[in-house]
Amino acid sequence: MSAKQNIIELVDIHKAFGSQQVLKGVNLNIPRGQTTVIIGRSGGGKSVMLKHMIGLIKPDQGQVLVEGQDIVHMGDHGLNQVRRRFGMLFQDAALFDSMNVRDNVAFPLREHSKLSEGEIKQVVAEKLSMVGLSGVEHKLPSELSGGMRKRVGLARAITLEPEIILFDEPTTGLDPPLSAAINRLIKDTQERLGITAVVISHDIEGAYEVGHNIAMLYLGEIIAQGSPDEIRDSGSEVVQQFVHGRAEGPIEVI
Amino acid sequence: MRLLRPFEYVGAKFLAMLDEAGELLLLFMQTVLWLFRPPFRFKVLFKQLEFVGVGSINVTLLTGAFTGGVFALQSYHGFSLFGAESLVGSTVALALTRELGPVLTSLMVTGRAGSAMAAELGTMRVTEQVDALYVMAVNPVQYLVVPRVLAGIAMLPILTIIADFVGIVGSYVVGVHLLGINHGIFISKIVEYLEFSDISMGMTKAAFFGLILSMVGCYKGFYTTGGAEGVGRATTQAVVLASVLILASDYVLTAIMF
Repeated sequence: MSAKQNIIELVDIHKAFGSQQVLKGVNLNIPRGQTTVIIGRSGGGKSVMLKHMIGLIKPDQGQVLVEGQDIVHMGDHGLNQVRRRFGMLFQDAALFDSMNVRDNVAFPLREHSKLSEGEIKQVVAEKLSMVGLSGVEHKLPSELSGGMRKRVGLARAITLEPEIILFDEPTTGLDPPLSAAINRLIKDTQERLGITAVVISHDIEGAYEVGHNIAMLYLGEIIAQGSPDEIRDSGSEVVQQFVHGRAEGPIEVI
Repeated sequence: MRLLRPFEYVGAKFLAMLDEAGELLLLFMQTVLWLFRPPFRFKVLFKQLEFVGVGSINVTLLTGAFTGGVFALQSYHGFSLFGAESLVGSTVALALTRELGPVLTSLMVTGRAGSAMAAELGTMRVTEQVDALYVMAVNPVQYLVVPRVLAGIAMLPILTIIADFVGIVGSYVVGVHLLGINHGIFISKIVEYLEFSDISMGMTKAAFFGLILSMVGCYKGFYTTGGAEGVGRATTQAVVLASVLILASDYVLTAIMF
């Protein structure tokens, strides 16, 4: 596939923390305008891989290409230019807990746009209604439930209308109906804005629902990538064990 | 092999210390760099000025007043042995402006604001709020560290001069009203011996201590790892390291300046 179809490419990424080799040669292409779900075991390096895509973590070896540009050796200025095309929803939303909901969602606008306070107020209300929230502008993050925090986090991630949104375990720790609601929200947001989404998950049903593509990370490498059907019918025993949630098989559980 | 173990232990500790000093210095250099790059965030700066400065006034008033008072009491005891009670005021004034004002104020502010900086930045680090700043193309050193360090440098001299003044008032109350020193002599001896340079050098020291306590607080918070426990550890280490550095650098600065 060429760079035109792939908005992000990871090429032979190696990353170790101390003596622990987390990524051992990851190769992954993220196609433009679609949702790619990355599945894999908890603590298996999925978040580490995601953070490579936006330059929060630098690889020991390998290339990270965003629109064909290698971001690994970029300076602050270039990296900030690239980052403005991204939005990211963190695992626990990472809202600034000293600011209320409105200031959180308005933060990227105040930093990077010249909108007046009145316009900002309007945009914030609009983004919050997109994620199904209203009337919470003056609440502090500590007063919100986990699901609401994730919604606010998503509203903040889309304020600057990014081309790419990264979701770090958006449904982990939420109850099943709420997980389903968040999955639908991801799907709607992706379709409505036509963006590229990368979702980290170990919720396999959610992956089938939101993903156009699914990739599986196992032991530091991408061992399978394809459409939900291809993953479901994969010949790999590791993938089969994972997607069917079996305790027996090649994956060492304990 | 067992004989070498103590050396390995000492060596490892020493290397870890060098590592830390290097990291602290790198963060300091980044802070200086980001200090001069736009955008300048006055709102965040004023918030920190208020937190470090205005928020520390009460503790500064109490520290200054009691230190001045107790110093008058103690030195009166010593001076009365050879009939030099008249020197109590000037002794207290000199000790306060040169030494006790800047050092005690800085130690109190370390406990109050330096620890809070470590805890706040540490929490932001472990809950990925620092990463969120990077993702939103805002440099966290510029957004978080620069205003705190500026506030430390700007506010400590002001707090120190407040402590100096309140301390002298405290010693006056104890010396003149409780111990019966003549009030004209008390004041005139202060005017005679206290020079402007005593005050200004004390304030210079305080600015330096402000840099130390804010820089160490931010450094410990900024590189926190390991969840809630890590935040606790960072806070404790920030207070201990900043206090030790303040006391050690006080000696060096005093030797150079006076």
